Amino acid sequence: MNSEPIYQTDALIAEDIEAYLAQHQHKTMLRFITCGSVDDGKSTLIGRLLYDSKMIFEDQLAALESDSKRVGTQGQEIDFALLVDGLAAEREQGITIDVAYRFFSTEKRKFIVADCPGHEQYTRNMVTGASTADLAVILVDARKGVLVQTRRHSYLCHLLGIKNVVLAVNKMDLVGYDRATYDTIVADYAAFARSIGIESFTAIPISGFKGDNITAAPSASTPWYDGPSLVEHLESVEVLSGVDAGKPFRMPVQWVNRPNLDFRGFAGQIATGSVKSGDAVRVLPSGKTTTIARIVTLDGDLNEAVAGQSVTLTFADEIDCSRGDVIAVADDPPQVADQFESTLVWMADEALIPGRGYWLKLATQTVSATIAEPKYEIDVNSLEHLAAKTLELNQIGVAELTTDKPVVFEPYADNRTLGGFILIDKITNATVAAGMLHFSLRRSQNVHWQPTDVSRQHHAALKNQAPRVLWFTGLSGSGKSTIANEVEKRLALMNRHTFLLDGDNVRHGLNKDLGFTEADRIENIRRVGEVARLMADAGLIVLTAFISPFRAERDMVRAMLPEGEFVEIFVDTPLEVAEARDVKGLYKKARSGELKNFTGIDSPYEPPERPDIVVNTVEMTPEQAAQHIIDKLLPLK
Amino acid sequence: MTLTHLQRLEAEAIHIMREVVAEAERPVMLYSVGKDSAVMLHLARKAFYPAPPPFPLLHVDTTWKFKDMYALRDRMARDSGMELLVWQNPEAKARGINPFDHGPLHTDMWKTEGLKQALDHYVFDAAFGGARRDEEKSRAKERVFSFRTASHGWDPKNQRPELWNLYNARKAKGESIRVFPISNWTELDVWQYIQLEGIDIVPLYLAAPRPTVERDGLLLMVDDERFPLREGETPVMRSVRFRTLGCYPLTGAVESEAATLSEVIQETLLTTTSERQGRAIDKDAGGAGMEVKKQQGYF
Repeated sequence: MNSEPIYQTDALIAEDIEAYLAQHQHKTMLRFITCGSVDDGKSTLIGRLLYDSKMIFEDQLAALESDSKRVGTQGQEIDFALLVDGLAAEREQGITIDVAYRFFSTEKRKFIVADCPGHEQYTRNMVTGASTADLAVILVDARKGVLVQTRRHSYLCHLLGIKNVVLAVNKMDLVGYDRATYDTIVADYAAFARSIGIESFTAIPISGFKGDNITAAPSASTPWYDGPSLVEHLESVEVLSGVDAGKPFRMPVQWVNRPNLDFRGFAGQIATGSVKSGDAVRVLPSGKTTTIARIVTLDGDLNEAVAGQSVTLTFADEIDCSRGDVIAVADDPPQVADQFESTLVWMADEALIPGRGYWLKLATQTVSATIAEPKYEIDVNSLEHLAAKTLELNQIGVAELTTDKPVVFEPYADNRTLGGFILIDKITNATVAAGMLHFSLRRSQNVHWQPTDVSRQHHAALKNQAPRVLWFTGLSGSGKSTIANEVEKRLALMNRHTFLLDGDNVRHGLNKDLGFTEADRIENIRRVGEVARLMADAGLIVLTAFISPFRAERDMVRAMLPEGEFVEIFVDTPLEVAEARDVKGLYKKARSGELKNFTGIDSPYEPPERPDIVVNTVEMTPEQAAQHIIDKLLPLK
Repeated sequence: MTLTHLQRLEAEAIHIMREVVAEAERPVMLYSVGKDSAVMLHLARKAFYPAPPPFPLLHVDTTWKFKDMYALRDRMARDSGMELLVWQNPEAKARGINPFDHGPLHTDMWKTEGLKQALDHYVFDAAFGGARRDEEKSRAKERVFSFRTASHGWDPKNQRPELWNLYNARKAKGESIRVFPISNWTELDVWQYIQLEGIDIVPLYLAAPRPTVERDGLLLMVDDERFPLREGETPVMRSVRFRTLGCYPLTGAVESEAATLSEVIQETLLTTTSERQGRAIDKDAGGAGMEVKKQQGYF
């Protein structure tokens, strides 16, 4: 076994275990990622680090030796990569397909390594690994130099805010440890790094296979190298949580601890800064202030707590605070906004749909957010800005986003916790994107709600009715407009103030700029929803007749209105029946291909899961359906 | 002030536990009475102090655990003020499934099936487990939040990306999550944390003279009269300890004189055999034993 001084702790362990434990107990922890192209030797390097730090046991070593002979790529020698490449599926392919986390420690530090794939289509895994890393090791094959992939990985690390970059020029043994080769690669990389804003990096010539400059430097083969070994460098870099401790205090509230009436504590992990009992704090987004009474832990109250610690705080005053709020130093709080410019990394097979609502989770806040059409996509290879209408799997772009509620945030560059977010699909619950907030948009700071003296309650009371939005949804030709018209007539006879918004009519005016793509359909429904809401504010009973095929958009309108005012009416007509009716001849056109994106034919209809009212137009006449709806709605006061 | 690695690991685990409690409807903590379970329970008490952890403990019992494990289990449940649920697969019980006569079926029915039954029975939608990424190759790639289909299947190719410390706990009805708060801990971290925090563990982890027989390369402890001795086998008193604890007829002991925690850590550090080697279970199905078991729903 390769025994370099850096790992020589066996003697200490054997002779004085207590001394060793005391030393181990005080180690700090550094998280780093390794990235490189498919054959740059990442897995071999990590295997070497584990091997040298004795993180491989004898039985694993025996398995490794037999595996090396069976499927290894190094002849009869040990193939370290096999130790690191885990899942059965990928062992067959011979490439790393996911992020794997590995552990080793030296006398000074414990390390967590995210082993990130170099394969073209796995940007999402690299971004995942980089999100928690203090440092990145970018591997370059000395025979190949700086490749397109090297640039991509460096850009992604920079995007995710990694400040410490190591350029590990690997496989030096295969270029005869040639200094000129190394210097050329370093110069190439320096020029590129500057161009994307990487301020500094540390270059080290290594051989993961032979072990040069991994634990000690310079190795016998590289006498010309005068920098640190890779491990020495990893041991000396300042960790992120140390940097975060020096920033203003912020703690997102995870959970309110209320075991009895006498105790109310706010549990969370401190994102940045430090806090002491007696400190003046502000709770956001409400902006209310108080002071910290206690920092409570099982081991007794603390005087002070710092970034990275999970604690429970209590306040001197009874002020509102719940999950999603952020507790911050009173005189330097983070911002609150609902419109942002962001960079998005798309991680799902299904592309971004601009205008659709996604859940956005940032720290402990979960809100509904819509993304505008991207301003541009970034080509991760050339770093050019390209025009884009959407973002697909592994694409990165810059887009504005709007949330339905104000979000407490800081620019990602200042605070990873309050600037990094994920987007979640509301139907599949999949994590579809990761994003970074850069700044809030002016208009959300400058546009304020104009308070009005005559409230929506006044408007409704004058009309002696309860406002409603009766949202008819169903296939084209299902009978939405006919039934809605019938309902409106009956309400008018009852002296109710109503207004019918019809799909076709709205498209002649308000929405005449919109077509029938998925994004346009969503925008169509959003505008109709906003108009319906204004009318409901005016006290009206609004009837809308739109196909509105997507659940997510109907739910978006429901969320715009006070609880109970949105009434989803499902006009349930089987496709065959609607198509047989074909009042406007549209199905025929759609079947012939003359009409694209037609609901039910080449565009999906998502029926309501829990409609408030269902009418079946096969069994009911329009008049019966209308009466059924009226019966369900009354008294409407 | 820079936090030590153990302080960071502790804070991370507490953060994860609180996220689950805030976002899941009915969480539970799987409690196997092993050292990792002991650490998990301790972290849960810290996370929710002064309240008791707001979820029950679930022990999926095989009826073949060591006697010392049952004793500690009952005491820990009492001390923590948490509800203890014990599940024994009724079918395995009725058929008298045991490790001596039924081989791999024993683990499959009592543990894999038993766990699924218990989660379905109590309708838990999130279950904490003490698995660590350093234990085994396929675990190195498992997420902290690991999604299971309504039939408890695990699809290694279809797991959600986990960025920063943001966990997406949303799921459809019937789906569940297994959550591993100590994913980033190593065996040494667990031992050292137990020592620093004074956490109670089963005495079997420390060496003592115990009646043992050698069988199929494993050193087995004769823990009760149900152990059928083969011809020529006579229990011999040896000073042994256990690196992991499962069903006593399936768990191999190691000969050792390490009677204190420090000595155990010392031996662990100097040893050259990995932790799970004492368990027969990982050797099934070639190199991918645990991965296959996990796809079938084993924790």
